[in-house]
Amino acid sequence: MAYIVEMLNITKDFPGIRANDNVTLQVEERSIHALLGENGAGKSTLMSILFGLYHPEEGVIKIRGKEVHIEDPNVATKLGIGMVHQHFKLVHNFTVTQNIILGMEPHQGPIVDVHAAEKKVEELSKLYGFAVDPRAKIEDISVGMQQRVEILKMLYRDAEILIFDEPTAVLTPQEIEELMQIMRRLVKEGKTILLISHKLKEIKEVADVCTVLRRGKLVKTVRVANTSEEEMAQMMVGREVNFHVQKAPAKPDEVFLQVENLNVKNTKGVLGTKNLSFELHGGEILGICGIDGNGQTELVQAITGLTKVESGRILLHGKDITHYSIKERTDAGIGHIPEDRQLHGLVLDFNLDENLVIHNYYKPPFAHSGILNKKAIRVNAERLIKEFDIRSGQGPSTPARAMSGGNQQKAILAREIDRSPDVFIVVQPTRGLDVGAVEYIHKRIIAERDKGKAILLVSLELDEIMDLSDRIAVIFSGEIVGTVDAKATNENELGLMMSGSLRKDGQQPHTSTARRNA
Amino acid sequence: MTKRSEKLVLPIISIVLGFLVGTIIIIATGRSVSGMFIALFKSFTGIDLSGGQAFNPRYIGEFVVQTMPIILTGLSFAFAARTGLFCIGAEGQLMVGSAAASAAALYISAPAYIHVPLVLLSAMLAGALWGAIPGFLKAYFNVPEVTVSIMLNYVGLYLNNFMVLNVFGSADRIKTAFFPQSALLESPFLESITRNSRLNWGFIPVILMLFLFSFIINKTTFGFSLRAVGYNKEAARYAGMKVRRNIVVSLMIAGAFSGLAGAVITTGTFNFGRVIAASEGYGFDGIAVALVGSNEAIGILLAGMLFGMLKAAQPLMQVQGIPREIAGIIQAAIVLFVAMQQGIKMIIGKFEKRKASAPVAEGERV
Repeated sequence: MAYIVEMLNITKDFPGIRANDNVTLQVEERSIHALLGENGAGKSTLMSILFGLYHPEEGVIKIRGKEVHIEDPNVATKLGIGMVHQHFKLVHNFTVTQNIILGMEPHQGPIVDVHAAEKKVEELSKLYGFAVDPRAKIEDISVGMQQRVEILKMLYRDAEILIFDEPTAVLTPQEIEELMQIMRRLVKEGKTILLISHKLKEIKEVADVCTVLRRGKLVKTVRVANTSEEEMAQMMVGREVNFHVQKAPAKPDEVFLQVENLNVKNTKGVLGTKNLSFELHGGEILGICGIDGNGQTELVQAITGLTKVESGRILLHGKDITHYSIKERTDAGIGHIPEDRQLHGLVLDFNLDENLVIHNYYKPPFAHSGILNKKAIRVNAERLIKEFDIRSGQGPSTPARAMSGGNQQKAILAREIDRSPDVFIVVQPTRGLDVGAVEYIHKRIIAERDKGKAILLVSLELDEIMDLSDRIAVIFSGEIVGTVDAKATNENELGLMMSGSLRKDGQQPHTSTARRNA
Repeated sequence: MTKRSEKLVLPIISIVLGFLVGTIIIIATGRSVSGMFIALFKSFTGIDLSGGQAFNPRYIGEFVVQTMPIILTGLSFAFAARTGLFCIGAEGQLMVGSAAASAAALYISAPAYIHVPLVLLSAMLAGALWGAIPGFLKAYFNVPEVTVSIMLNYVGLYLNNFMVLNVFGSADRIKTAFFPQSALLESPFLESITRNSRLNWGFIPVILMLFLFSFIINKTTFGFSLRAVGYNKEAARYAGMKVRRNIVVSLMIAGAFSGLAGAVITTGTFNFGRVIAASEGYGFDGIAVALVGSNEAIGILLAGMLFGMLKAAQPLMQVQGIPREIAGIIQAAIVLFVAMQQGIKMIIGKFEKRKASAPVAEGERV
């Protein structure tokens, strides 16, 4: 079969790092070609080169057998290459159609002909089974729909080669399933898809061919049908990977964190949590499991002090901290790994070393009487980089922005674990991370548990909740609808509880609670 | 290009381009280009290249006088900018600083070594209070600091005039009584060595403030938290920093810098409080200085000197038969090019790429 895209011996350097080292990628027409690799392996760089965002130091690109120079994205568009970015580029108060035609509006004289465009969008949407309303405003449609708008944008521009950059990172399981179907449909209609991903399951399900990159180098290109998830994982990470988290049984201690009848308003002024109560013990991981938007955010923000509590109490070691400031809570022993690491976890324009002392910068040894001790800050960073294997091009003075997602998360984890708080509030700790990083972060979280820390794990990924947690509390519509033993439950039961169809009221007795009661 | 070299190279390119624009206009209007550079060189070094009186230190003195206030307003804008705020209130803070300096000069009697610091401190305090208003409104009610600080410029202007006319008393409806000698930054010594320029001790607080700025921003924990808030307010809040307090304090410190500029003008360049008819532009010059100086102390010092030189050169240009407005055009063009940094960066990027790929292209041809 003819290759539609050929990237031959591509090399690309960034300051301090070779992002692509002599990588060759050949994509067959009308196939789904997956690009697999850990964060920082160079997948996105390679695709950005194909899309004209970066220019390679060395190498040749051929499209449909012809050598091309892709100077910028406009050239890529002309060659029929389109890219759906991980972070959508849509104007929120424009309609679907307005967003799609942005930059190439059809017009009659000086008047934009929205109707003609709407018709074309509708046709495309129908052809590929998108079910997108061309007149809906972006802000009113779901994330999954927004992604389809991005895809439509490419199709509207007659793209033949579609690049998807981590398309499922933001989607719910149902939306992922639908996206898979859309991708198959696109290929059937003659398109070629390049899929950047590190989710093996998806690649196995949808891709025909898979190219694996590791640390900027090509590992191998394989037919997906002839390989297994384990094999791909091994190629990606360079060693064998444990898919299942190994952990010893929990040894729960006394109650560290107690939440009593918590009521918190959400941003819309409605109660996000309703009389929510639970207890978290030292030495255990309590998973909060639920569909997104059922009060998880409000709960986390109330415990960490980011939002005001309407009523109810939060007790840390029996002490009422409901009205403590964020800093007082941090000092009292609450650690927080926030959901959005780039927005809340890090100051991206700060260097790594500065980010690592963002709580303690004013305390000795990092500062004395208000004056920073840059050397101590640096030494601290060097120690944590080593201990947590944070990969950064320029060591402590790497800007956080220049680090890969996995290493950003490792930096946050290193900072929080190093502060050694008694209670960890861990939210979506592995979202968007690759297998290697996930495995590492899970291991560190369990290690903290084994040290006797109390961990509240909030995650939308059921697998993660079930693998890590000792007990699972299901949240639905702002209430805990039941707490179950992680070993004694299954996806089915949790699913029913998450959708509000099943309640298991009455706290599931904890071994230690039982012991205390005895 | 690395970030560091970018901070140096881009302003220099902007400056060169700005002068190029000025030069083109001069050529287009048929004036003498060398006249412009003679004037600029003279205002900077006091040396007259066109012959005649060879060296006159008076010009250096005047150049420093023009430089001092705009360095301070530059520090003011930059300090707020480092906290992620866009405060255009330097002008008004300078006015209330002037008024406060006049009050302290007129109503306190003390020996100079106490009186002068008191005058400077009261101007800084007044500027800080003026900065606290947009700071407080921004931090607690999310009112845009841009709007509030612009409007307060007018309030500051008329407040100063009101004070001069109705509180301090003015015989001629233009200025207050002369300040006592003990309150002045004036220095007969400095005047004498610069052949009767208006040079005064004001440069000492200016230098101190440059060090203070750099020290607070780079060395202190407070500066650390200010920068964190400036880059990412949310992450700073998550880390337990007091974001609201930082916004207020940052704008207060910014205000203090501008207030001090008012005192340096009022008790240095002048020796009386003045009724000010309209904004004198020190605040806006400060924005230009901070932009060209990349919000860094050393950059602000250099950019302040550049713009001070352009201001001081204006009368000299007229002597050379060049309209003084040219200096203003050059200044504006420089700021414009600094604002177009992104575009300049792209052009440099393409240039560097072409240079890098040139040997390859040659190889192909062979």
